[in-house]
Amino acid sequence: MIISHPLLGPRDSAEFVYLGDASLIGRPHAFDDDAMEKFYEYQFLRDNPDGVHRELWYHEQGDRSWLVVTRDTATHDILNVELARDVARQSGRGR
Amino acid sequence: MRYSAWTIFKEGISGNGGWKPMWREPEPKGEYDIVVVGAGHGMATGYYLAKEFGCRSVAVLEKGWLGSGNIGRNTTIVRSNYMLPENQPFYELSLKLWEGLEQELNFNVMVSQRGIINLCHSDAQRDAFARRGNAMRLSGADAELLDRDGVRRLCPFLNFDNARFPITGGLWQKRGGTVRHDAVAWGYARAADGLGVDLVQNCEVTGFLISNGTCAGVETTRGLIKAKKVGVAVAGSSGRVMSLAGMRLPIESHVLQAFVSEGLKPALPGVLTFGAGHFYVSQSDKGGLVFGGDIDGYNSYAQRGNLPTLEDVCEGGMALMPMIGRTRLLRMWGGLVDMSMDGSPFIDRTHVEGLYFNGGWNYGGFKATPASGYCFAHLIARDSPHPVAAGMRLDRFRQGAAIDEKGAGAQPNLH
Ligand SMILES: Cc1cc2nc3c(=O)[nH]c(=O)nc-3n(C[C@H](O)[C@H](O)[C@H](O)COP(=O)(O)OP(=O)(O)OC[C@H]3O[C@@H](n4cnc5c(N)ncnc54)[C@H](O)[C@@H]3O)c2cc1C
Repeated sequence: MIISHPLLGPRDSAEFVYLGDASLIGRPHAFDDDAMEKFYEYQFLRDNPDGVHRELWYHEQGDRSWLVVTRDTATHDILNVELARDVARQSGRGR
Repeated sequence: MRYSAWTIFKEGISGNGGWKPMWREPEPKGEYDIVVVGAGHGMATGYYLAKEFGCRSVAVLEKGWLGSGNIGRNTTIVRSNYMLPENQPFYELSLKLWEGLEQELNFNVMVSQRGIINLCHSDAQRDAFARRGNAMRLSGADAELLDRDGVRRLCPFLNFDNARFPITGGLWQKRGGTVRHDAVAWGYARAADGLGVDLVQNCEVTGFLISNGTCAGVETTRGLIKAKKVGVAVAGSSGRVMSLAGMRLPIESHVLQAFVSEGLKPALPGVLTFGAGHFYVSQSDKGGLVFGGDIDGYNSYAQRGNLPTLEDVCEGGMALMPMIGRTRLLRMWGGLVDMSMDGSPFIDRTHVEGLYFNGGWNYGGFKATPASGYCFAHLIARDSPHPVAAGMRLDRFRQGAAIDEKGAGAQPNLH
């Protein structure tokens, strides 16, 4: 698989480390009333779709940035690549 | 028809005209007491439901053909070398069932207890193996710690003095070995069919009939099928299928590849695993080296992997046994594995009454087939878990009771 890095251009996916579903960016708040339940779901449950999946890849053998890759799990086609930082900011996070 | 040496002889001299199909091809009925989805562990479940728990109205529904799932795609290794108390007695029960399976099913599934050696490459790793071996013996399994010379006696061809990962010993389970994978699917299907279980192939479950929190059957590509109880055992498709019942699971689907070389003269004494990289290998009766390594490492429903993993696996092989360097690869394939958040499986009820779930087998559920079928049948028939599978609960992460053999945390591609 070739991942088109937004800053570095096309890179071999073997340079990256895979973490999982991009929902891991949205860490719950520790002081919410239902924080226990939210952390349980955040940490352990997955949508695990057969099809389009947004996921976190880390460019370990490159510039060490985290990317959000949108990929089809049924075909391995990569549809979109963004910097995780941008995705996090767009969702309202400070960094 | 009972299989025996006498049957082969009789058929041989009379033109082989008397062999019967091994199972029927029944049309699905509109209603059963119990429907099991998926014909891997599900096929074993169907058999034990009929044989051990006296259930007379059982159907096993399979999306593709019998053996099209991981039960026919794995590298055939069976063993019971687990450590944690929620796992070890379960896998030991499975190994005991393997030991009697051919007589039980009257079918040659080619159980071969040629032994498995997990190699270690550092003092720390040998200490960990000593601990694991002791845990295994506590549950009644066999385990022997080998020193370097002990390994050398069995496998003189290994690269003992690899500069980075010298071999310092190994943990040997003599009762481990290999079993012909698709014969297991066929053997269970034939025996279950003989007890009246309907195996319905090319029948994909597309929905559940759930009302008031109770499951009353399934929708399939071959029509609606009512059932008092429904058990689901669909491996890599678990997320997709259970989402039809409104569930999110502690599971990710990944792809694991297997590789087979051209046929060689007998060279390997049994199953070998490299403890420093990820490479495991055995030799089939036809002579091919059957080997594999890590999962590809990203979510996948594609049933095929990519080349970087092949390269990585072969590098592991070369580091361990350079003698295979000129062997040619004959074929490779992939299967969808249901990677759970702690590397251990689930055999449990769900929040829906009458709906049961079996999954999370990771890359190692073939060895579990008999015990998984037995314990799942127990759960479905009696509504209570079998004692050796009582820890394999779906809510264990909420309770903080993960069964994490490797201590890698909730990161499926590290298990
Ligand atoms: C390459 C590879 C090597 C492996 N090596 C080993 C090994 O050496 N030792 C070991 O112990 N384990 C090994 N495993 C793991 C082992 O094969 C699996 O864990 C085990 O077979 C899973 O059994 P199962 O019954 O859950 O899944 P399967 O055998 O995959 O059965 C599930 C069935 O469900 C069917 N299905 C899916 N969706 C539906 C639907 N909607 N309706 C109806 N049916 C459906 C599928 O078609 C499939 O046939 C390996 C796996 C792979 C892929």
